[in-house]
Amino acid sequence: MLEIQDLSVEVGGREVLHDINISVMSGYTNVLFGPNGSGKSTLLMTIMGFSGYKVTKGRIIFNGEDITNKSVSERAQTGIGLMMQRPPNLVGVQLGNLVKIMSKGRVKAEDLAEDLNLTGFLTRDVNVGFSGGEIKRSELLQLAAQNPCFVMLDEPESGVDIVSIEKVGKKVHELIRGTSCAGKSGAVGKGALVITHTGQILDYVNADRGYVMCKGTVACTGNPRELLHEIRTKGYDECISCNIGKKTLVKVKEEGAN
Amino acid sequence: MAVDSEIKKKAELAKHKKAAYGQDIDLDKFGIGRKDIGETKDLRELKEEDQKTLLNVGVVPSDEGRSGSFVLMDNSVVHEKQLGTGVEVMSLQKALKVHDWLQEYNWKAVKADADKYTARTFIEEADGYFIHALPGQKVKLPVQTCLMLKSQDVAQTVHNIIIIEEGAELEVITGCSTSKHVDEALHLGISEFYLKKNAKLTFTMIHNWAENIGVRPRTVVEMDEGAVYINNYIALKPVKTIQAYPTANMNGPNGVCVFNTVAIAHPGSEMDLGSKVMMNAPGCKAEIVSRTITTGGKMIARGLMVGAAKDVKGHLECKGLILSNKGIQIAIPELDARVPEVEMTHEAAVGKIAQDQIEYLMSRGLTEEEAVGIIVKGFLDVGIRGLPPALKEEIDATLEKVDLARM
Repeated sequence: MLEIQDLSVEVGGREVLHDINISVMSGYTNVLFGPNGSGKSTLLMTIMGFSGYKVTKGRIIFNGEDITNKSVSERAQTGIGLMMQRPPNLVGVQLGNLVKIMSKGRVKAEDLAEDLNLTGFLTRDVNVGFSGGEIKRSELLQLAAQNPCFVMLDEPESGVDIVSIEKVGKKVHELIRGTSCAGKSGAVGKGALVITHTGQILDYVNADRGYVMCKGTVACTGNPRELLHEIRTKGYDECISCNIGKKTLVKVKEEGAN
Repeated sequence: MAVDSEIKKKAELAKHKKAAYGQDIDLDKFGIGRKDIGETKDLRELKEEDQKTLLNVGVVPSDEGRSGSFVLMDNSVVHEKQLGTGVEVMSLQKALKVHDWLQEYNWKAVKADADKYTARTFIEEADGYFIHALPGQKVKLPVQTCLMLKSQDVAQTVHNIIIIEEGAELEVITGCSTSKHVDEALHLGISEFYLKKNAKLTFTMIHNWAENIGVRPRTVVEMDEGAVYINNYIALKPVKTIQAYPTANMNGPNGVCVFNTVAIAHPGSEMDLGSKVMMNAPGCKAEIVSRTITTGGKMIARGLMVGAAKDVKGHLECKGLILSNKGIQIAIPELDARVPEVEMTHEAAVGKIAQDQIEYLMSRGLTEEEAVGIIVKGFLDVGIRGLPPALKEEIDATLEKVDLARM
């Protein structure tokens, strides 16, 4: 579904991602691990096509189509959606109105808000004065309304209180596992790429494959739960120092072509 | 009468006195506005296009839901109606005949010799509306007024007085517009508002002029103790030149004054819009908020707040968006503190829409044009929050018609 080939990316004139190779098959959820500043969010922003993230080498292929030079809108319309880590404030744009506009009235914002403990937020300006956890839930609400075929989540659980985490987890599960989705790739099925530090979100999604990123590149690949265990017990150093440059840390099952 | 002739002399001397701000307009080019347009008891009898013009500026032809209604076309009073109790609505010249005491308020807040525009309006003994909320009356339904330009190459001169007596509350919606067939004309509008102790006036003005219209309003609001004045100004359509700097003098303690401005400078328009608040008594609070856009015209957003008494608080905000390479945005916020115990702040920002906001919306599947449209509407919306819902709907509808995506 998504294939990233030898991707290098510059931000502010400095190369921050180097020779990334990642693929996500439809029906699969892949996870990105890595220390702060390793380039995980940059990768998701690049896949979404934000300006300021300049691809200097390599390609991004989505459902067989090269989208490396497509606009953000085109990527979204093909079925890619992103939950951002630090989305901008939209002063004067109410969350409920935005949901109405982006879903063209197909989705009931009130129901989604109730699912995510966000009733009362629909009349507030998007992200203005939202706490970290509220931003996460608002992002999820928008993503649920958008219902993309390929879901990218940037730390969906961070900052979310323990009462809301279950609702967030459930919503993420629905979002990734639902059978139908919007966008041109609707027929192909869903896929997801999720950034997590704590692994908490893995309780709610069946992650198939994990990548550990370090210093702007993929250091190792493997079973996400085993990778997480490794990171928890030994830190990131083990993975990076022993395996950087090697293909895989743990043998993963063969992936077929997209 | 001696005083009157004194003012008259001063006004004569000020006939060529240029205004402090705004491009100079040659008044000799414009004839006297017609005074012979016939009266209409029912605005629904007006031509359909005139009714539409009224509706576009929030004036309901049926007068439904209004406690008073007044329409001036050129210099002719065509409609004056008092529909509710607790408020008087009539033409100013008639009111001056009915109420001897009104002379005390006539040309007192605005000086006749302030500039050539006030001078001409004074010399022509211009008519306009007189709105008077009686003591303690909290008038529920708004009064509506419309000042319409009907003829080519004339200067409409208007003189309005609003008096809100002690403890009274009133809302006034006033729409200014140009009749369809008028290309070039001028509007000179003098407004004197007097708010007595604990009085409240919400004054919403919608300007809907046209490409070649010049506009020079002169407004002064005199406020007593505990008075509340809320001014909403909305100008979303093209105009040739407008220069306005309404002033509120907060003369009694604990008053509240708010100026909200929402305006778009289209290509060829020059808009010099300001608001001035003089906090002359202790405990007064004021807020000036302007949200302006240029799509190719020149926009000057001024704001001046003077703290001349202790424990006054004020905030001034000028935010401007530039949506075209040819547009100019100038923000001039000024704070003037004359005693130490004041708290005044200002915030000014001009520039284009942040790219990250546009792309954020694009990542939700919207096109770039849709994203820009939503952000711009949101930007303006902040300036007019708190407007009565019906009026808000009309303004939203106007905004829909302004092709923001094109910009």
